[in-house]
Amino acid sequence: MTAAVETAQTTTIHGDRVSLLRVLGPAHVWALGVGIVLVGEFTGWNFSADKGGTLAALIVCWVVGLLYTSVAMIDSEVTSTVAAAGGQYAQAKHIVGPLMAFNVALFLVFAYTMLEVSDAILLGQTIVAKAGIPDMSYNSFIAATIVVLAWLNYRGVLMTLNVNFVITAIAYVSIVILFFSVSPWTQGAVLKLNELVTPGNALPYGWIGVIAAFQFGIWYYLGIEGTTQAAEEVRSPARSLPYGTMAGMITLLIAAAMTWYVCASLMPWEYLGITPYPLWDAGKLTGSPLLENLLFIATLLAALASANGCINDAARAWFSLGRDRYLPSWFSAVHPKYRTPYRSILFLLPIALAFAFIADLNQAITFSILSGVLQYTFMSINIMMFRKKWPLGTIRRGYTHPFHPLPAIVLFCLCVVTFFAIFLGFGSQLSAMVAFYFLISLWFHFYRYKFVRRGDQFTMPWPKPQGY
Amino acid sequence: MWISLSYACWGISVVLALWMLYDWFKVDTTYSEDVLTSSREGELEAVSEKHRI
Repeated sequence: MTAAVETAQTTTIHGDRVSLLRVLGPAHVWALGVGIVLVGEFTGWNFSADKGGTLAALIVCWVVGLLYTSVAMIDSEVTSTVAAAGGQYAQAKHIVGPLMAFNVALFLVFAYTMLEVSDAILLGQTIVAKAGIPDMSYNSFIAATIVVLAWLNYRGVLMTLNVNFVITAIAYVSIVILFFSVSPWTQGAVLKLNELVTPGNALPYGWIGVIAAFQFGIWYYLGIEGTTQAAEEVRSPARSLPYGTMAGMITLLIAAAMTWYVCASLMPWEYLGITPYPLWDAGKLTGSPLLENLLFIATLLAALASANGCINDAARAWFSLGRDRYLPSWFSAVHPKYRTPYRSILFLLPIALAFAFIADLNQAITFSILSGVLQYTFMSINIMMFRKKWPLGTIRRGYTHPFHPLPAIVLFCLCVVTFFAIFLGFGSQLSAMVAFYFLISLWFHFYRYKFVRRGDQFTMPWPKPQGY
Repeated sequence: MWISLSYACWGISVVLALWMLYDWFKVDTTYSEDVLTSSREGELEAVSEKHRI
């Protein structure tokens, strides 16, 4: 009780210290994670069918699901101990070191900003497709999406994630309604899986097609690790973060399975692999105007929820870099009334707008996926070092993931396969991105690190690590 | 209708962007930089997490 009172005082002193506000619960964590990811069911995952056929899309749904289950378990353990804004950045700083932390923060900012850009483009394209007006520009819808959501984030995290909870829940329920509307227990009435997926066309490019499909299989769950960015704003990080993240992952596995089943049973793989709106198209193919409009609205809401969560997460990662002086400390300002990292939100706003106006959807998505996979690779190494330096029993963990080190090994191996898949499709972008991170690392090491207050950046009251 | 909606989106974007810029200016001129950047990582943990098993 005393600790709780002291905690409240620490986080709400006004005029003296201004910090982020601890107002979130597990439902907000769920809304943040699932909100960012769910758009992947409405577009993105289906491009894996183009790479390897409908069955490949199902195989990667489960195998990439395994990758993300490992991510969720590992992330839950580490973040229940390192409860700070910046999420994986703060983890890397304490467990691996400053250079890794700087890179991880950039992975986070790029992954979320590019995903936000992709969401805004998707929303604009979906509205224009619905309007059916030739040559209509979608820039106004992109601008409104990014600016309105930035404004929401600027005004406070509680309202931001309350809105995310509602719109994510509506989008999710629309998938469930679609699933039960097509009599999933009866093949032949509406669904025709037996006719559309046959031994002859299930894997049109063989097993190399399955490997290639990994690149877009990531879309089923991309962004669930974003829950950790809320670490400094949840009331009980050790409980809420693992609970919200794992509940989110279970929710997404169910959504992914339902989405694949309905779409694969309504569309041939040649069409499924290229349509930008698989669920909206599935709604149309049922012949029900109600379902068609519901899935149209759900597509927009899913894109909004994802962009909203991405703005929240990218701003926290950027804010954390400023707070540790990895970037100018100017970025670490917290709004004294709304208690949000308002300068980071405003700084990233024009960057997102610029990319959304000039980049195309495929480029933005690829940069987001690449940064995400780099981050997951780090997480597999991070957990091994975490368990080695602070074995079980040496510090208090809110959650301890089972079967260690199996999830870390599975995660690392699947990341390698995904890198290979990305190389097959976007080799030049992969090389450019790696070169970019290498050069920026040199800049950080030789120039920027001298501005960092080295003793101040390690804030967790942990005992010395084993072996030091 | 869609064209009107498009113009409305531009309008809303401009109004909200200007509001954020105004608020940013107001906050930065009202509070000192020391107060605005006074957030520190791990304050809560220093109080509530003793890490005693």
